[in-house]
Amino acid sequence: MASLDRVKVLVLGDSGVGKSSLVHLLCQNQVLGNPSWTVGCSVDVRIHDYKEGTPEEKTYYIELWDVGGSVGSASSIKSTRAVFYNSVNGIILVHDLTNKKSSQNLYRWSLEALNRDSSPTGVIVSNGDYDREQFAENPVPLLLIGTKFDQIPENKRNEVLTRTAFLSEDFNAEEINLDCTNPRYLAAGTSNAVKLSRFFDKVIEKRYFTRDPSQMTAFTDRKRFNFKSLHYD
Amino acid sequence: MSFLVDSVIMFTSQVLFFGFGWLFFMRQLFKDYEVRQYVVQVVFSVTFAFSCTMFELIIFEILGALSSSSRYFHWKLNLYVILLVLIFVVPFYIGYFVVSNIRLLHRQRLLFSCMVWFTFMYFFWKLGDPFPILSPKHGILSIEQLISRVGVIGVTLMALLSGFGAVNCPYTYMSYFLRNVTESDILALERRLLQTMDMIVSKKKRIAMTRRQIYQRGEDQNKQTGFWGMIKSVTSPQTGSENLSLIQQEVDALEELSRQLFLETVDLQATKERIEYSKTFQGKYFNFLGYFFSIYCVWKIFMATINIVFDRVGKTDPVTRGIEITVNYLGIQFDVSECSENDNKTKFSVSIFQFFLLPVPNFLTTYLIKFSCFLLKGKILVSTHIFILVGIIIVTSIRGLLITLTKFFYAISSSKSSNVIVLVLAQIMGMYFVSSVLLMRMSMPLEYRSIVTEVLGELQFNFYHRWFDVIFLVSALSSILFLYLAHKQAPEKHMAL
Repeated sequence: MASLDRVKVLVLGDSGVGKSSLVHLLCQNQVLGNPSWTVGCSVDVRIHDYKEGTPEEKTYYIELWDVGGSVGSASSIKSTRAVFYNSVNGIILVHDLTNKKSSQNLYRWSLEALNRDSSPTGVIVSNGDYDREQFAENPVPLLLIGTKFDQIPENKRNEVLTRTAFLSEDFNAEEINLDCTNPRYLAAGTSNAVKLSRFFDKVIEKRYFTRDPSQMTAFTDRKRFNFKSLHYD
Repeated sequence: MSFLVDSVIMFTSQVLFFGFGWLFFMRQLFKDYEVRQYVVQVVFSVTFAFSCTMFELIIFEILGALSSSSRYFHWKLNLYVILLVLIFVVPFYIGYFVVSNIRLLHRQRLLFSCMVWFTFMYFFWKLGDPFPILSPKHGILSIEQLISRVGVIGVTLMALLSGFGAVNCPYTYMSYFLRNVTESDILALERRLLQTMDMIVSKKKRIAMTRRQIYQRGEDQNKQTGFWGMIKSVTSPQTGSENLSLIQQEVDALEELSRQLFLETVDLQATKERIEYSKTFQGKYFNFLGYFFSIYCVWKIFMATINIVFDRVGKTDPVTRGIEITVNYLGIQFDVSECSENDNKTKFSVSIFQFFLLPVPNFLTTYLIKFSCFLLKGKILVSTHIFILVGIIIVTSIRGLLITLTKFFYAISSSKSSNVIVLVLAQIMGMYFVSSVLLMRMSMPLEYRSIVTEVLGELQFNFYHRWFDVIFLVSALSSILFLYLAHKQAPEKHMAL
């Protein structure tokens, strides 16, 4: 029963954007009744059928690690948080559609997680600035989720959607916009559900199926990433 | 004509302060949030602007700038406006935003916020009863009534802050209190944390799998229609769900444990960073200052007790006396009669900074200024230097207050409550500044006292000083107790690892 393979996906984003509600929705298929602050990290598990409907269908555990906090936290909190970023197979970046600053902070979040992940020797691979090339070559699949979609007034929707389109282009990631208090957005058959499923499939593929000799272990993956980014210093 | 010029000057400075408050709000406080209600930003900037104008007026009072009639007018105007803001506008908006957050009352926001405001006014009024703050000859809606109450609240806040600050400062600066934390301690704790997370994950996997099986079984059972199907579904054992609740309880306990471990790890990391910092030059400097400051703080507590027990009010600080004696000893001659005007100004400046010393521990600057005040007596410094120094002190303490407020704001705000918290901070800031003026008045020499007395009315200033001492004492002693308990607890937890 517990012998299914697993992948680890981080859920990152500013305080109060709705990560806990999102994770609860994804794993329990129910709306979270009383959201409260996440202290440290809360984990939940979703069972996903890889390549559903095909003969190669296989079930995996997807661990969603919901890490709490803000980008501007004290360095002691940041270094403690870094413990959770080990061996990550995918990242979901969550931002609040009604709050522009939370979208801007996503760059810093992704750098925080990726830098930690890709520098086992402690070498910082980027000087903290955003570099699009880095994300194009990124071995870790990203997904962008915008929450509180229902709270945007009708006339502002287009503006917000264009902005998030730019964001998803920057991260080279798919985007989903939803409201965490309404399961309808992720109902089976909607385009959102399809995107989500594709993302999880991609994560599983990267972890278990793309193994050519040059990328035998995840560590070698990181080394390649290391080398590529040092090039830009 | 001069009145017009003066008013223009005052107005320009107010606009400047307003702009500064606006920028501070946008850049510092609301760094991570989006300003959706501009009312909040406006109210905050207005409070800040009028508070700063009050200090500006005091400085003008010393300098003798502007004509005295226009000064008087602006004092009155400023005071009325700030009281209006602190008693009517800010509490109303606090009530309004609190009510807006509660979903049930969302419809009749205005009604409920008015109710909240009336409750506030009731308690605010009742505040005056137990305190002997007024002579009975004033009317109900006079300005003295309002100021006295605002003064009481503000002085309480200031005394609480300074009591805590006086104790916390040496505790933070001195490395004597730093617990010994090694790299291996942190690694061990992190390992425990990750192990706990793994346990949580495996339990959750079991829950998810069991649920899925129940769901699939349920689907199969649904396919069995008819009478027999129903009987079968009732009699087959439902052990799955019983197991589930048991595992769920275990998961809850483990999650609580993981939270505690996380917080402990953060604590240890912070201590390690502090240890590293204390080894640097800056760290050693602050450690040294910490020893000085702890002595000063003990003395302050002692003096507060003496003041209360022996019923004294507003005598000189012993440190000032000490410096006076030193200066005399060093033989710097000064002619007392010639410097009487400067002397008053000196005393005033000394008392201003002595007073601002309390919540903001930049005491090295203050000792520097004390010394320079005495150099002024010896005509070594020119009087304009003093006002620059006093200006610096006021600015530093305002900055200190703003930094403290910002830290506080980051610690407790969330996206929902940010508006309310900013308004509460604006209220605290306004009350703090108003009561600063009240307390300062006591230390002022007679000729400057008059204008403040005229403007603020006949309040029992002695009371405020006594009240400040009492609350300071209470706050300092309880902070000592609190820090002692917190310090004791931590090494025990550390030992248990």
